[in-house]
Amino acid sequence: MPRLFSLAALIAAWAIAAALADSRLLPGPLAVGVTILADIRSGELPFQMSCTLARVISSFVIAMALGIAAGYAMGRSRAVDRYADAWLVVLINMPALVTIIFAYIWIGLNETAAILAVAVNKLPNVIVVMREGTRAVDPELDEMATAFKFTWFSRIRHVVIPQLAPYLAASSRSGLSIVWKIVLVVELIGRPNGVGFVLGSAFSLFDMTRILSYAISFIVLMLVIESLLVQPLERRAIRWRRRPA
Amino acid sequence: MNDAQSAGDAAPLELRIDAKTFLSADGTPVEVVRGLNLRLAAGSFGALIGPSGCGKTTILRIAAGLDTDFRGELHVPGAGRLGIVFQEPRLLPWRTVEQNIRLAMAARDAAADLTELVEILGLGAHLARYPGELSLGLARRAAIARAFAVRPDFLLLDEPFVSLDEAVASRLRDELVALTTRTKVTTLFVTHDLAEAIQLADHLFFLSDRPTRIIAERSLPPPRGTRSRDVIAAIGNEMRALVAGRT
Repeated sequence: MPRLFSLAALIAAWAIAAALADSRLLPGPLAVGVTILADIRSGELPFQMSCTLARVISSFVIAMALGIAAGYAMGRSRAVDRYADAWLVVLINMPALVTIIFAYIWIGLNETAAILAVAVNKLPNVIVVMREGTRAVDPELDEMATAFKFTWFSRIRHVVIPQLAPYLAASSRSGLSIVWKIVLVVELIGRPNGVGFVLGSAFSLFDMTRILSYAISFIVLMLVIESLLVQPLERRAIRWRRRPA
Repeated sequence: MNDAQSAGDAAPLELRIDAKTFLSADGTPVEVVRGLNLRLAAGSFGALIGPSGCGKTTILRIAAGLDTDFRGELHVPGAGRLGIVFQEPRLLPWRTVEQNIRLAMAARDAAADLTELVEILGLGAHLARYPGELSLGLARRAAIARAFAVRPDFLLLDEPFVSLDEAVASRLRDELVALTTRTKVTTLFVTHDLAEAIQLADHLFFLSDRPTRIIAERSLPPPRGTRSRDVIAAIGNEMRALVAGRT
C-alpha cells in the first residue's frame, strides 16, 4: 500500500511539473500514456521491446552461466583465484563503452557482438558475487557429504546450490538491471531496432513523449519480471528458514 | 536392518598413525598424534577416551578417511561403507529430516523402509520438519538415524551427546546401544566422559595429551548397555588409577 501511494505521489508531482512548465520538452503523464497505448496498438512498441528483451535474456544467460562457473572455480581454488584475479580486475574496470566498441569493431555490427558486449560487461559482477558465495560454503557440510559419499550431482544440488542461492538471487537481480541498461547503449550505437535504437532516434528529434513512453514501458516490464519471476524463486529458495513467529 | 552382515568374517578396524602434524597459524608444525596403534575387532564397540583438545577428533577424521595427510595406515572393516555422527549434527538446513536421511543413502537403497529406524529414534513425528525447527536432541537423533540408514560397515561417533541434558543423553545412549547391538556394526566412539564410555563400549582406549597415543586399553565383559551404576563406578575408579600411573 505505501508503495502505491508513493508511486501515485510521483506521478502527481510529474503532472504538476508538466502543467507548470507547459513545454513539449516535459510532456505530462496523460500525453505519455496516450502515446504508449497508440504504440502498443500499432505493434511498434511490442516489437521494439521484444527485440530488446531477447538481447537482455541472451546476454543475461551467457553472463550468468560463465560467471557462476568462473566464480565457483575462483572461490574453490586459491590457485585459480590467484591467477584469474588480475584478469577480473581488468574486466571490472573496463568501461562499458570500451567493451561495446571493441566488440563492434572486432566482431562486426551484428547481433553476436551486441550480446557478447553486454554479457562481458555483466560478467565480472557475477564472478565477484559468486566467488564470495563459494567462499562462504560451509566446509563442515562439505565434509559430511564426503563422508557419506554423496555423488557429484547430489552434492551440487543438495549441498552447494542451496548455499549459493542467496548469492545467485543477488547477482541475478543486480544483473538484470545492469544488463538492460547496457543493452540500450549497445542498441543506440549499433543496432537497427530495439528500445535503445528508438530512444536514439527520438533524441535526435527531441521527441520527449516518445522517450518517456519507451523508458516507462521498459521499467514496467522489468518490474513485472522481477516480481513474477525473481522474487518467487528467491522465496522458494529460502523457504526452509524458520519464519519469525 | 543389517542382519545379513555377520560379524565373524568381517575384517577388524586397524588404524596406525605414526605421525600427524598440523601447521599452526604462524607456520610452525604442531605434532598432534604420534605412534598411535589401534585395533578394534569386527562388530565390537570401541570408545576413545581422552582429555579435551587431545586430538580425538583428528583421529576420528583420519579413521573416516576425511584426512589423508598423515603417516601411517588405515584398514576399515567390511566394504568400508561409513556412517558418521559429527559433534554438531551437520544436517542440511534446507532439506527436511527425511530428505537429510535419504540423501546419505546409496542409490540402491533409495526406496528403503525407514519406519523401524525412525521408530527406535522417536523421529516419526518430525520427518517432514526442517532441522532449524528441531531441538538439539532431535537434530542429534536425526544425525544418528542418517548414520544408521546408510547400513554402515563402520560407524564413527564424535561426542554425539555433549551439551544435551542428562535425561535426553541417557535415552539416546540406550537407543544407540539398541541400534549397534542389532546391526553388529563396528563402532568407534569418541568421548571425554568415562562413565559414558564404560556404559556403551566393549573396549576402551585411553589417550594421552598431545602428541596423542594410546596409554591404556581394556576390554569390558559383555553385555554392554545394561551395566549398573555401581559397576560403572567401580570400573571407572579402577581405570582412573591405572591411567594415572601412566601419564
